[in-house]
Amino acid sequence: MRNLIAVPVIILAVILQSGVISRITLLSGIGDLPLVMLAGWALQDDVETAWHWAVATGILVGFVSGIPWFVPLLGYLITVLGAQILQRRVWQAPLLAMFIITFLGTIVINTLSLLTLRLVGIPLPVDDVLGLITLPGVLLNLLLAIPIYAVMRDLARWVVPSSEIL
Amino acid sequence: MRNLFSRTLQTTIIFLVVGGVLALALGGYFSSTSNVVTGSLVNLQTWFSSRFVAVQDFLTAPRDIASLRQRNAELEAEVAELQAQVIQLQQEVGETQILAALVDFSRANPENTYKAAAVIGLDPSPFLHYVIINRGSNDGILRGMPVVTNQGLVGRVDAVIADAARVQLITDPAAKVNIRLQNAETEASLIGSVTGDVTLDLIPQDEAIEAGDLVLTSGLGGGYPPDLIIGQIVNIRTRDVDLFQIATVQPVVDFNSLEIVLVIVNFRPVDISPLEASP
Repeated sequence: MRNLIAVPVIILAVILQSGVISRITLLSGIGDLPLVMLAGWALQDDVETAWHWAVATGILVGFVSGIPWFVPLLGYLITVLGAQILQRRVWQAPLLAMFIITFLGTIVINTLSLLTLRLVGIPLPVDDVLGLITLPGVLLNLLLAIPIYAVMRDLARWVVPSSEIL
Repeated sequence: MRNLFSRTLQTTIIFLVVGGVLALALGGYFSSTSNVVTGSLVNLQTWFSSRFVAVQDFLTAPRDIASLRQRNAELEAEVAELQAQVIQLQQEVGETQILAALVDFSRANPENTYKAAAVIGLDPSPFLHYVIINRGSNDGILRGMPVVTNQGLVGRVDAVIADAARVQLITDPAAKVNIRLQNAETEASLIGSVTGDVTLDLIPQDEAIEAGDLVLTSGLGGGYPPDLIIGQIVNIRTRDVDLFQIATVQPVVDFNSLEIVLVIVNFRPVDISPLEASP
């Protein structure tokens, strides 16, 4: 039953992303709160609903954004996949894993967006995207990663109490 | 009898002595002596008084500090509340000024019917330049309707749900607006970019354009009504090897501070895509 907390959390994350985070720009890059939230959630022990969160968040972001709906969906699923693989390998350094997944997730989402938009005929110079969007976005996401990881850890302990015992 | 005489004599002598002393005092003969005495008394009283006040302060000071702290907290809370009110009022004044400007704009352009909407969000993707407004199909908003402010063209409605709509800004990399220059018989295309800069493309090499030329919508293509102000040319790039000139445009609308916009609800865009030649 506590898993239903996903609904308000995901909605709140997308609202904050659209209403607040998108207005805080570094060059042309912005943070990606849903991505960082998913990375933090998928890295928690005993959390088995990360895939559900990724699907719900991807669909919701795809609905709000003008970008094709499958881009955030696919990007978030790949991020969760990476988080679950990495969780088993560097479980002793969760914050390091969080940084790695945030970095890789941002690169994946940006690459998918760039490829998709170029395929539909929108001219996007790669060097502009890399220098003005991707790298500033990575930096902003890494800044978000620390507090979001802490929030997700506390949320996971509340949703899955056994992880607190472990 | 003798006792009565001696008592009367004593009383008389006392009166005489007292009277003499008073006469001498009133005559100023005792001033130095009285100054010494009164000075000593004043010093003594001052000493007692200062010690008493010090002790009183010591005993009552903690109670005063507590009450002062309480009063200070009350005043700080009041100041915070007033500051919040000031901020709220400043915000309301700002919104009122924006609305007044929009009302002036709609009065100056009575040929169009407008619906005001607040910008409530931006696109979550950094690749696209869209805003989300709080009016949707319930308010008569349809896809393709142009969006303006009192300054000029903002973009057009890209997607609509019941109570909200997504607006594609003219700075979006996928946006394309057919324009004309006010002081020249020149028509061209305005395109956005990922950085938010807008440029003019498809300007023939032989067209004379200058920095400062005003850029307006041409109405060609049916996507936007004609004569909406977009901005001014700030920079022109002409190279012999290019087919067309390229000009950078400074939009009149500040897209970073969009708060309230107007949707032109009586404009129906024309979809000419079936008429366009397929590749």
